[in-house]
Amino acid sequence: MSAFWLLIILLAFAAVGFVLGRGRALASVNGERRRLHSLPNYYGSNVAMLAFVPAVLVLAVWVVVQPLVINSSVSNHIPAELYETGGELNLIMSDVRRVADGLDLAVKNGMLTTDEASSIDTEATDLRALLGEVGVALGSEIHPSVLSAAQVMRAQIATGNLFRSIVLLVIAAAGFFIAIRMTSGEFRARNMVERGIRGLLIAAASIAILTTIGIVLSLIFNTLEFFRLYPARDFFTLLEWAPSFSGRGGASSLGLLPLLWGTLYISVVALLVAVPIGLFSAIYLAEYAGPKTRSIAKPMLEVLAGIPTIVYGLFALLTIGPMLLSVFGDDGFGWMQGQRSVMTAGLVMGIMLIPFVSSLSDDIINAVPQAMRDGSYGLGATQSETVRQVVLPAALPGIVGAVLLATSRALGETMIVVMGAGAAARLDLNPFEAMTTVTAKIVSQLTGDSDFASPEALVAFALGMTLFILTLGLNVLALYIVRKYREQYE
Amino acid sequence: MQDIKITARGVQVHYGDTHAIKDVSVDIQDNTVTAFIGPSGCGKSTFLRCLNRMNDTIDICRVTGDILLDGEDIYDKRVDPVQLRAKVGMVFQKPNPFPKSIYDNIAYGPRIHGLARNKADLDDIVEKSLRRGAIWDEVKDRLHAPGTGLSGGQQQRLCIARAVATEPEVLLMDEPCSALDPIATAQVEELIDELRENYSVVIVTHSMQQAARVSQKTAFFHLGNLVEFGDTDQIFTNPSDPRTESYITGRIG
Amino acid sequence: MTDAAFPDGANGAAPRTTTSLLAQDARTRKRNAAEARFRAYGIAAIAVGLVFLAVLVSSIIFKGVGAFQQTFITLNVELLEEKLDKSGTRDIEAIKKVTTFGYNPLIDAALAQAIAETGIENPFSKGKDLRKMISSGAAADVRDYVIENPDEIGKTVEFRLLASSRVDGYLKDRVTRESLARDKNLSPEHLDIVDALAGAGVVTKAFNTDFITGADASESRPEQAGIGVSMLGSFYMMLVVLACALPIGVAASIYLEEFAPQNGFTDLIEVNISNLAAVPSIVFGILGLAVFIQFAHLPQSAPLVGGLVLTLMTLPTIIISTRASLKSVPPSIREAALGVGASKMQTVFHHVLPLAMPGILTGTIIGLAQALGETAPLLLIGMVGYIASNYPDGVIEGFMAPNSAMPAQIYEWAKRADPAYYERAWGGIIILLLFLMSMNIIAIILRRRFERRW
Repeated sequence: MSAFWLLIILLAFAAVGFVLGRGRALASVNGERRRLHSLPNYYGSNVAMLAFVPAVLVLAVWVVVQPLVINSSVSNHIPAELYETGGELNLIMSDVRRVADGLDLAVKNGMLTTDEASSIDTEATDLRALLGEVGVALGSEIHPSVLSAAQVMRAQIATGNLFRSIVLLVIAAAGFFIAIRMTSGEFRARNMVERGIRGLLIAAASIAILTTIGIVLSLIFNTLEFFRLYPARDFFTLLEWAPSFSGRGGASSLGLLPLLWGTLYISVVALLVAVPIGLFSAIYLAEYAGPKTRSIAKPMLEVLAGIPTIVYGLFALLTIGPMLLSVFGDDGFGWMQGQRSVMTAGLVMGIMLIPFVSSLSDDIINAVPQAMRDGSYGLGATQSETVRQVVLPAALPGIVGAVLLATSRALGETMIVVMGAGAAARLDLNPFEAMTTVTAKIVSQLTGDSDFASPEALVAFALGMTLFILTLGLNVLALYIVRKYREQYE
Repeated sequence: MQDIKITARGVQVHYGDTHAIKDVSVDIQDNTVTAFIGPSGCGKSTFLRCLNRMNDTIDICRVTGDILLDGEDIYDKRVDPVQLRAKVGMVFQKPNPFPKSIYDNIAYGPRIHGLARNKADLDDIVEKSLRRGAIWDEVKDRLHAPGTGLSGGQQQRLCIARAVATEPEVLLMDEPCSALDPIATAQVEELIDELRENYSVVIVTHSMQQAARVSQKTAFFHLGNLVEFGDTDQIFTNPSDPRTESYITGRIG
Repeated sequence: MTDAAFPDGANGAAPRTTTSLLAQDARTRKRNAAEARFRAYGIAAIAVGLVFLAVLVSSIIFKGVGAFQQTFITLNVELLEEKLDKSGTRDIEAIKKVTTFGYNPLIDAALAQAIAETGIENPFSKGKDLRKMISSGAAADVRDYVIENPDEIGKTVEFRLLASSRVDGYLKDRVTRESLARDKNLSPEHLDIVDALAGAGVVTKAFNTDFITGADASESRPEQAGIGVSMLGSFYMMLVVLACALPIGVAASIYLEEFAPQNGFTDLIEVNISNLAAVPSIVFGILGLAVFIQFAHLPQSAPLVGGLVLTLMTLPTIIISTRASLKSVPPSIREAALGVGASKMQTVFHHVLPLAMPGILTGTIIGLAQALGETAPLLLIGMVGYIASNYPDGVIEGFMAPNSAMPAQIYEWAKRADPAYYERAWGGIIILLLFLMSMNIIAIILRRRFERRW
């Protein structure tokens, strides 16, 4: 029975349990609701919960574990001569899966009987054509051991599913009966149910942890696999990025440093734009602007924050790029070769970061106590002197934190650099040259034609790991600085 | 009899629609401590802040009438409040040292007003101010420690030293001891008595006993009016106005 | 404690200068000048920011509006029976066997006739040279019409056909005579014909609803490309995000705000949430690729997968705004509920949560708006290079069949490096921004209407 139907049956169990539990609770007090500890619905929910939840949890685990177990068991059936690397084994296994699926489909459509499907062999029937008719496309003729492996897989899946159904039904029934036995007037059903709900809430909150674990695991495993295929030392020290197309001969140079240089350079340009503009805007809005100006200018700057990065990317590619080219290109200073450059992407990224810096700084500046400003005015300082010499130094840790957060954002930005900075990995000082970044390469290596198990594709995970660690480090640093220096005036 | 330093005539202050100060006239003498007393909300702090135009920082505040410092109207259009506040210094209720070193706290005022010609001058000014603030001995070895690291009483004396560093002629103090413990309060009150040798001091206080201890002249405010002004002894022993007497004997306030 | 010895009466190093208050001394003037300069920097900064915004917005509007208009050619095509239905039986199967090749001569003839009617000379002898002015998909349109209305065979029917992308570009001033010098699709003679036809009203620009509702087209036919299918893909993705992120986010927030004890586990959750809020979106894309596609074998490029990845990205946003809403409900309400004997859970679900709902909804809408514009993670789960050419049939297919999303579609168009596709990319941006704007406005209205001052 498929997992879907199993779920439906479990739900039905739960529904029946609800009704029965409720009824039994009411019956136990002869219909006098007041003598029940909890509302009748809680008794029903209790039965439904105990029937459904343990079984569903086991189902979830089973659905994940069964394919893994069957996969590794069937892999052992593939004779070793057919493959050399893990990648080739994976390809063979996916063929096995497809053949198994195709045979099941053929039986379902009535093209084969169950017996015929089990005893089919490649000599007698044109299996490939048969599977083609069912909609399963295979690249080449089917090797007999692939077919036998597929048969083994089908058998194992069938057994596994059978056991699954039995185990789950037993668990559900057990839960059902235990809960029914518990039901009586004095039983504190509401507490039980609320404990269950609390468990659900904890599970929801834990998803945050699971996500982080997922990110870390998916990065680590694939990065380790990458370092198995490509020397880590080269990755961290090579000054060249030149992947060769997989299998076409010639080794790839996969050096992190040119990409990191591009990332840092573009981020620096972006910060040079965003920090002065953002900071001065925040200072003016916080210290000088009247309420009317504030109510107009602040939301308008916030609009810049709400614009998706793809829009900025297109803006860089089609508006800023040609604009800069007309001034700095061959018709102008002659420094710029093409539309895409560090300057193009950096400028647009800076525009995107302005509201980020501005609104964080605004909050921080407003948090400086008025008493400090009064002390300065009382001494006869002008407003700008007060801002420059009293307010900003007091707000400095917060502002540094904001700049670090903006940097972290800049490092991780993808669309603007993919469209505005080009694909050429270069270690160059000229900001009008096209230089690509870590994020752009992650996209290009994972969406290109490279075979998925090759170092050219796996390098994207190593790049992702680098990016993750960098941005995480910056965020932690920002938090630490803000926290450490916040006690200054509190 | 000392010279008159500040003359106020017919001063009115409006906060939006509220009439906070109603027609106050008073003379502040040089080298004298003048106390402003009265129940909460009677306007004494508001009036104090008019004397150095600190009310300018509040948008809805409107001040009318004349306030003359050495014969010059401080609300004249030609007057820059920045220059005024170098002459009329202020110490606030809660100590508010800057998040800078002790040295820089004191040096801030002289620096922006250009009072020191070189570093040696500045060092002199800082030392002198700290002595005037009666805190030099306690901090002379740690001038570069942060000002916020001092105790409450020390911080307030630091603020007083900071205020005198700009060589003001008048020192305004807005309830300077209300955030301090009794020992620190005693230290500051002793200091106030010394300060009057060089400055004219105006102190707002809600403690009648403190006013009696430190001041020579006292002004009693009530509901925005200046009810009575005179020698401290006379106010406290033989007040003319019945409202003053009610306040002093504790029936109101 | 007092310092008995301080230098007598006068002052420190500099003698006190008694200056009049009524005259601004030189130093004060300089300081005020510095003050004015400082203010000017602030105003300049805001002005620069607003100028950037203005340039961006005008760029989008001016360059994108063109995508909503398309050039059409109105032709009277004679549906010759001998070409389309030789047997004369109107047998659908037989009619279907006539491919678009068979329709092309009919269109050529109609075009030649329209040109003849304007009086201009037709310098092209071969029909297929003339045909370059019409979209290569036009024949398919005519064929579809004939298959639906076989009785029309033999009559002359007026068709409004899409002009080719170059002609469209010419009428929108994207293509000039000089730029055609090296173009192998059109030549200046074509443009003369176009001018004449435009004058005669045969060639017109009209509002192109197909841009909004249609499917994407191949690289060579930008005039047919539309964003409709991707819009549907985005819609399904947002449904997934709403269905997953809202319950999970609210549940997590309730736990953290109301039930979580102060211990290491709670701290761990909080740290994770604030970290996840700052992780670059592309890392979420890598997570989606590794877990949902490689491990769970979900279909590549499906809205379900995109929705799951975006859920994980939007969770921190929803959690943060939900917690703020829950915090803003005053403790007195909770105490009142507990006072009549409600359990903690009942207090939360019956009292606190409903009061916090407006804030939660506002935060969710804003989170959805952010998710709608995300592109990078979608590229990694396969939405690159994908041509969204068919509407999915049915709801399940809507979730599981490979599709594109609006931002990914815009990126795809921008990659094709054809000015006609650039125009469509800008047009797609206009549609995307319209969605975002409406969502934000709804959120603001909700907030204003239901905001309570406690």
